Amino acid sequence: MTIDGGRVRAIFRKEIREIQRNRSLLLAMSVLPLVFLIQPLVAVLGLSERAAGALRDEHVLLYLLGIPILVPPVIAATAIAGERQQGTLEPVLTTPIRREELLLGKALAALVPSIAIALVVDALFLIVVAVFAQPGIASSMVNAPDLIAQLVFIPLLAAWSVWVGLAVSTRTSDMRVAQQLALLANVPLVFVVALVAFGVIEPTRQLAITLAVALVILDTSGWRVAARLFDRERLIAGTRD
Amino acid sequence: MPDAGPALAVDHLTKRFGSRAAFEDVSFSVARGEVFGFLGPNGAGKTTMVRTLGTLLEPSAGSATVVGLPLTADNGVEIRRRTAVMPESPGLYLRLSVRENLDCFAGLYGTEAPRRRIEAALAAVNLADRAEDPCGTLSKGLRQRVALARALLSDPQLLFLDEPTAGLDPVAAREVHALIEGLRERGVTIFLTTHRLEEAERLCDRVAILRTSLRTIGRPAELRAQLFAAALTVATAAPLPDPAAVFAGLPGVTGWRADGAGRYELAVADPAVAAPAVTRALVAADADVLSIVEAHHSLEDVYLELIEDDPETVAR
Repeated sequence: MTIDGGRVRAIFRKEIREIQRNRSLLLAMSVLPLVFLIQPLVAVLGLSERAAGALRDEHVLLYLLGIPILVPPVIAATAIAGERQQGTLEPVLTTPIRREELLLGKALAALVPSIAIALVVDALFLIVVAVFAQPGIASSMVNAPDLIAQLVFIPLLAAWSVWVGLAVSTRTSDMRVAQQLALLANVPLVFVVALVAFGVIEPTRQLAITLAVALVILDTSGWRVAARLFDRERLIAGTRD
Repeated sequence: MPDAGPALAVDHLTKRFGSRAAFEDVSFSVARGEVFGFLGPNGAGKTTMVRTLGTLLEPSAGSATVVGLPLTADNGVEIRRRTAVMPESPGLYLRLSVRENLDCFAGLYGTEAPRRRIEAALAAVNLADRAEDPCGTLSKGLRQRVALARALLSDPQLLFLDEPTAGLDPVAAREVHALIEGLRERGVTIFLTTHRLEEAERLCDRVAILRTSLRTIGRPAELRAQLFAAALTVATAAPLPDPAAVFAGLPGVTGWRADGAGRYELAVADPAVAAPAVTRALVAADADVLSIVEAHHSLEDVYLELIEDDPETVAR
């Protein structure tokens, strides 16, 4: 099977335009990152310089990995269910597009803004801590392994989250329900991230590599699983032969 | 040779959803350049037929050839490349402008010179001046025109129009009719589903009437001839004293019946032969003739005759 880049780009461009003009979606995409930004900031900015030592054992920055887990489902879950609800899916499926191309275009349109938001929130967090936190807090909190972990895991977690959102979206007829189910499906992952961030699970190099490899495998297979779940006939007729 | 032969050949095609048949054992063909009407009441299976031939649904049994290609999952992409479907609901992205909607579909069809194609499609539906308007701000009629422009983007060999004037006011419906006539002149094969019978009569070369199974197929005039015998309707100023004496034995007249005061319906073999004889007989009988006209049965009469005689309708 060959993937036509032109068709993937057409879906991607359309999706990005729609996201830009969908205020409720933009609001939903903003609220979750703000929660993840403000909550640790309040905690960190309230710390005295003496707490710097204790911070070295925690990985507050990793807490922000909740953003690439929770933002993509907001977009991805509406991708198919939303089109179906608005009656726009049928015209798209009458074109030569393959389901894999449609899903890839939609996945990229959810992935790119999610990664961008996660990186921007990370940068904001670091800037605010560097400027406003007590001296010594920033240096004890920010370290190279955590920064590298951010850069590696943001796209990997976001991609996994996108496929979960798309898979749910292909099997749900209501986009609000799809969003809620997709968010619910990702809660355990946020829980794991929180446990790592607060030092309950020790984030070793070996654990990071194992998780990264597992996510690469899951992300690669996620596309195929979502494509299998995408049943053209069920989506159009609401039932099957 | 994929481009030879009919645009559409359907052979004993069936589509079931579980135990319910949407349509069953349907066979017909559509010639290239033909405007083919597919009529039937709500739930007759018209939209399911379009979706099946448009490769959105898989047939349960039977076979079909669409623009020269067997209707199989493997040919889905190529069939969709050569055809276009305008669904009953326009299905536009309401937050995007008309041009952005068309731009998306030009990309999906892989249209060469997309800007030029978009301008041509907009011009074809007289929407060039509304190209930058968000589709959400357009009236239902204008949205339907955008959907038609979208269907024209790929320059399809076969165009499926599913109830293209459903819900439109008469002016908007007339505009869509004019666009379809324009497409017919360009040689585009059109498969039109409708339950507007005057629309089918005006636009279609041939029609088929579906009610799960195919009830009849042919040119509207042929269907009228099949179902209704030729007849003359005679109107006189006053009832004839002895109509049997006037009409019986006239050349070409095979029967007659009174149809109200001073109105008579004459069954004739050939109206052109019978009308002069009837006129002479009426004049000889000293009748004040108001009119002698050939009875005209519309496609609606054909449709109602077939649908009302249908056991399913009778059972309702």
